Amino acid sequence: MLNALDKHLLETVADLHDIPQGAYNIRKNGEGISRRSTANIEIKPKTDKPGIDIIVRPGTMGESVHIPVILTAEGLKDAVYNTFDIGEGADILVVAGCGIHNPGESETQHNGIHNFIIRKRARLRYVEKHYGQGEGGGQKTLNPTTIIEMEEGAYAEMELVQIRGVDNTKRITKARLHRNAHLLVTERMLTHGEQKAESKILVKLVGEDSSTQIISRSVAQDNSQQLFYPRVAGYNRCRAHVQCDSIIMHQAKVRSVPEIAANHADAQLVHEAAIGKIAGEQLVKLMTLGLSESEAEETILQGFLK
Amino acid sequence: MLEIRNLSLTLEGEKGSVEILEDINLTLQNHKLYVFTGPNGGGKSSLAKVIMGIYRPTGGKIILDGEDITALGVTERSRLGIGYAFQQPPRFKGLKVRELIQIAAGNKPIEGCSCLADVGLCPEDYLDRDVDASLSGGELKRIEIATLLARNLKVAIYDEPEAGIDLWSFSRLRETFQELHNKYDTTLVLISHQERILSLADEIVLIAGGTIREQGSRDDMWPVIMDKSCGGRKICPGAGDENVECFR
Repeated sequence: MLNALDKHLLETVADLHDIPQGAYNIRKNGEGISRRSTANIEIKPKTDKPGIDIIVRPGTMGESVHIPVILTAEGLKDAVYNTFDIGEGADILVVAGCGIHNPGESETQHNGIHNFIIRKRARLRYVEKHYGQGEGGGQKTLNPTTIIEMEEGAYAEMELVQIRGVDNTKRITKARLHRNAHLLVTERMLTHGEQKAESKILVKLVGEDSSTQIISRSVAQDNSQQLFYPRVAGYNRCRAHVQCDSIIMHQAKVRSVPEIAANHADAQLVHEAAIGKIAGEQLVKLMTLGLSESEAEETILQGFLK
Repeated sequence: MLEIRNLSLTLEGEKGSVEILEDINLTLQNHKLYVFTGPNGGGKSSLAKVIMGIYRPTGGKIILDGEDITALGVTERSRLGIGYAFQQPPRFKGLKVRELIQIAAGNKPIEGCSCLADVGLCPEDYLDRDVDASLSGGELKRIEIATLLARNLKVAIYDEPEAGIDLWSFSRLRETFQELHNKYDTTLVLISHQERILSLADEIVLIAGGTIREQGSRDDMWPVIMDKSCGGRKICPGAGDENVECFR
């Protein structure tokens, strides 16, 4: 059912070598092609629009859900709405991700809208990788929107990665955190060629002692352009740390606009942002250990985006 | 054996070109420990960087075991067995100590490598740390030294290895250099002002004003360097000027 190209895309975006263990839903060219629920994790298609509901029973421990999307046709515009309901006290891993192989000249686009409700004391690790390839001149566009509601004591780690080959991306991530909830967002982005990428993050800390950490690292190569808007607003006693780091190369352009807004005297919010070239002394240090200049550069970039 | 012949270095500064090194002639033998000492800005680190290939000399030759390496870059010299531990090592976001040491060690497995323990760092605590701002200056410096210890070198240059390192680790470091010297054939060069490092030397090379002012065995050089009545005045680069900054 899965051909070699499908498998390559799945491996790249979801580290999958074949049909995964546990619950999964594989979507190809706008249709669900394979799905499995488990005793604790129910996956069912939405009736009103494309997409699925993923319902994790309270207390489910150590299970995983894989929901990769692959697009291998040109000129396809795919939009999908997925809703995750992570039950109280559950602890699970969700691996999403989208790989596009655009063989032709017209644009292939995937807009994934993910809604998360993370119930009391539930823990979620979410990994999303985006990747594009294809021999034609057709644009590969990925516009993910992620909306997260975190109940009391919930914990989530969101790892958002755009690897290579995505021509256009507009990423929107919004979260609301209630009492004692904690959200860690790590974003990794590499753009090259003429690519354009935009990422807007807004975290609202509404509950007492809620906290968030946003770590964004990006590399902009060739003529690519990147724009970052990480924002945090505190409405209670809360803590936030926003850190944006970009390595800029060639003729690329990077704009980073972090914003912190405190609406409460006990909100402790910090942001840092830095854009710069690879430091010459880092290259020289690795070369003194025997690496060539290009190997040294590759090592630095790989570590930075890890 | 490393030979340096008629070496000079001129760098372009903001106020035009500056002569950093002038007609340096020096032979560094295998299995000998040298300490380069002298005033700040005298040219010690610059000489080390020329040996490593980081600076290209304006004139002269560098010869390693009979092979002229003057035209070779940093990578090639490193592969021939020259190593340099930076005075102020860079930090790397996202690179782990384990990865850095693995790059240094090449194909050798780093499990069981004593290089971290030899600088007083517990491998279990440090191998999975990032080489970034979370490390203190002293920790970073010791990891820098460990990257050289992990290698099998013909010429190893340590630029002020004691800088920023606490007293306890310093004793350990001193023993490590002594042990290295006893065990291997490596030509060791330590750039230092520290008496307890100077006392390790087979030979001391006094570099000031971009030239080698004096060179000799530790015993011969000790009185020149330690002379409390400033017997070093005859070799002091500022002697005769009104505002002399003493380098001792």
